[in-house]
Amino acid sequence: MKNSLGREIPEQIPGIGRVKAFAGAFNTPPNMNRQAPKVKSVRPTDNKVMNSLAEVFAKIPVTDGMTLSFHHHFRNGDGVVNMVLATAAKLGLKNLKVALSSVFPVHTPLIEYAKAGVVTALDTNYMSGPVAKAVSQGLFSTPVVMRTHGGRGRAIECGQLKIDVAFIAAPAADDYGNINGVQGPAACGSLGYAFPDAQYADYVVAVTDYIVEYPLSPVSIPQTRVDYVVKVDCVGDPKGIVSGTTRITKDPVGLKIAENAAKVIQAAGLIKDGFAFQTGAGGASLAAAAFVRKMMETDNITGSFALGGITGYMVDMLENGLFKKLMDVQGFDLEAIRSMATNPNHLEIGADFYASPYNAGCAVNKLDAVILGATEIDTDFNVNVVTGSDGFIMGGSGGHADAAAGAKVTIIVANLLRGRLPIIVDRVLTVTTPGQTIDVLVTERGIAVNPLRGELKEKLLAVGLPVKDIEELKELAERIAGVPKQVKTMDEIVAIVEYRDGTIIDVVHRVEG
Amino acid sequence: MEVKLRRSMLFIPGNNPGMLQNGGVFGADSVILDLEDAVAPTEKDAARFLVANALRTVDYGCSEKVIRINPLDTFAAEDIRIIVPCRPDAILLPKVESADDIHKALAMIAAAEEINQTPVNIIALLETPRGIMEAYGIAKAHPRVVGLALGAEDYTASLGTNRTREGTEIFTARSMLINAAAAAEIQSIDTPYTDANDEDGLLMDTKLAKQLGFNGKLSINPRQIDMIHSVFNPSSSDVDWAEQVVYAIRKAQAEGSGVASLNGKMVDLPVVNRAERILYLARLLGLIEEGKE
Amino acid sequence: MTSLLKTAQAGTLESSDIMITLSPGSPGSGIVIELESIVMAQYGEDIRRALQDVVAEQGYTDLYIKALDRGALDCTIRARMMTALGRAGAVLKEAML
Repeated sequence: MKNSLGREIPEQIPGIGRVKAFAGAFNTPPNMNRQAPKVKSVRPTDNKVMNSLAEVFAKIPVTDGMTLSFHHHFRNGDGVVNMVLATAAKLGLKNLKVALSSVFPVHTPLIEYAKAGVVTALDTNYMSGPVAKAVSQGLFSTPVVMRTHGGRGRAIECGQLKIDVAFIAAPAADDYGNINGVQGPAACGSLGYAFPDAQYADYVVAVTDYIVEYPLSPVSIPQTRVDYVVKVDCVGDPKGIVSGTTRITKDPVGLKIAENAAKVIQAAGLIKDGFAFQTGAGGASLAAAAFVRKMMETDNITGSFALGGITGYMVDMLENGLFKKLMDVQGFDLEAIRSMATNPNHLEIGADFYASPYNAGCAVNKLDAVILGATEIDTDFNVNVVTGSDGFIMGGSGGHADAAAGAKVTIIVANLLRGRLPIIVDRVLTVTTPGQTIDVLVTERGIAVNPLRGELKEKLLAVGLPVKDIEELKELAERIAGVPKQVKTMDEIVAIVEYRDGTIIDVVHRVEG
Repeated sequence: MEVKLRRSMLFIPGNNPGMLQNGGVFGADSVILDLEDAVAPTEKDAARFLVANALRTVDYGCSEKVIRINPLDTFAAEDIRIIVPCRPDAILLPKVESADDIHKALAMIAAAEEINQTPVNIIALLETPRGIMEAYGIAKAHPRVVGLALGAEDYTASLGTNRTREGTEIFTARSMLINAAAAAEIQSIDTPYTDANDEDGLLMDTKLAKQLGFNGKLSINPRQIDMIHSVFNPSSSDVDWAEQVVYAIRKAQAEGSGVASLNGKMVDLPVVNRAERILYLARLLGLIEEGKE
Repeated sequence: MTSLLKTAQAGTLESSDIMITLSPGSPGSGIVIELESIVMAQYGEDIRRALQDVVAEQGYTDLYIKALDRGALDCTIRARMMTALGRAGAVLKEAML
């Protein structure tokens, strides 16, 4: 069947079942209840602390075919996934489904477990490193389900992603399962991605290397939802968990793009008191945030909140009164952790609060502007952040499709030519975020505005910004670099790309090799 | 009063393909594709071919295309032979010390130009005490010489002193160069501010350059362009003042009076010229509408 | 068609550049190109063609070209090829730029 963007989607997918086709960003209303896990009881004499993961596996018990969930607040410093899967493999378990919110190079052992049949299905919002490459080359016979951050929250809450056991990496825990992310040697800041799992998984296991005296405070995930606590030697590598302060790019072309992105936000009339903003943590996005900051300082603007992945730069803006609040679903550096631990205006929020489309309102809906990246964008403004132009999976929506849907103005910043590759194509290889939610593309050689936003285009032209048609920019890129040949992929589907509402917006095909 | 805007002239290393192909993105008034200091001696041949092809295929937008070739006593001849037929707008000639240097270079340039090619202009880079002394003669050497530029690093080395943030050591050289260029009715371009991270220093140095009378500034970093432009652009108070001057003149003419005055000061010819120049620049930059007086 | 004198190299492994190593091939071997590129799928053919065109325009044959491409544009590929040929002892027709 074809979805509303003209992408071919199978009606039935082996190992997954029937799927619904994407019908527009806001065209599929919910039609279900929240799912509730089984109620359990813990008596006064019961002990929740287990001595090992093997003990927890035996206690639950974890059996073949179960869905185990994990989270990426430790990013490339995570140790929990590998430890849990090693335990599963040792116990001879098979056909497990891994629901890991983001896959990093540290998760490479997953490839061996997949080949050995320990893990036969993967559910994730983002993939990088060897696992991504292996998935592209057909590692799993069942297609990987790729969701958005908000969509994963929705799927868990509404029963579409049913989790048997959630293993939550806990930087600090007490013996009754209260967890926070701001204490302990592996402190990482917000545990937001784990909130839906903690609420709705059948069993919740806190995996920690830092047990404190009862009761822990502050509490991010409460004891009432945690069944077991396992103490291990080390939950993760702090150096990999906290990347240190991310730096603003020094590349002059990137800076020019960033400055123009800020000018777009200004020209749209959004930089005024109450401004709400989200930006990524990469060098170019931070540069844009820096230009926005200068504009806010010049005009004495106080923003309402900044949202998303929080870095020291955003903390600095909070502490200097440029924003009243920070809403944090992921902390990237030590400053973010310190601020969340000590500043009541720095809020920890869950993935569902952040971005789920099927609740009484998520935070992205309140955004004025968001700055995002892309690997490809087509002349309908559809954006690809899942596959590179070589066809290999190298990312995933994460919060991309969510923020784009919620924000008043969604800006994509990108070099018109990345090396030799034009970023604008006739048709993106994989749609992640639909064009109707993308408003502006800012490149170093011009700015394109979605035809759906005529009034915005007028505002940009009025201040002298270099606005061009997206087709014009595409032709310019091709004049400079030549027309690239489209990558050939195989028929086999290795991943399905789910939009935030659960419909399928595209599929990823296998790459040869 | 046709005058090429040269508020900013951005150096682009000639042996760096990535920078050559992006040079037009920064909005500098001129780009200087550099075959000299930015290129190692063993790579002069490589840079020559890259720059030649860049001239033919890269779109530098509204930026003037200038090539800094090597000095006359090293590779200038080879550079001119390969580069001139690729139609640069101007050549930045380094280490110029006399009118004779200009004539030597011009002979080679003219020989290399194709029929129907727009004559390539010359901007003389003065980097030595002798160059500064000979500035007027160099400026007047030929109509194709459209500007004098200052290279302070080599200049201060020749003096046996060092460069400072305030620029005291180059103060006189700057003024002599500006004076010579003005007397010859050509442009003067200031030396680059080399500390790429010192924005305050750049602002101070550029304001001084403008106040001394330079028409523009060389730059070694694209991040400097916007600030350089903001200094050299007429400010809104400049524009207001200039419009008042023109109004005062018109009023005096209408009243049949020979003398105009503004705020108690006499408006004489030099004042009028300055006002007209400001309005011309403002119109060129789109700061005021065409025809609005 | 003439043959080259010696092995030569031009270009770097920086982004947007191409590193070309040129060596004389045995008589009758023609033009052999060994190409590695970060954009092989999208521009591999274009890169080969640019390399071959420059060699043909300059009138050389029986040579072995090893090219490591980092996303160089056509004008860069041609410039690096000209440089390598010059360094290998070729007499260049510059008007072909």
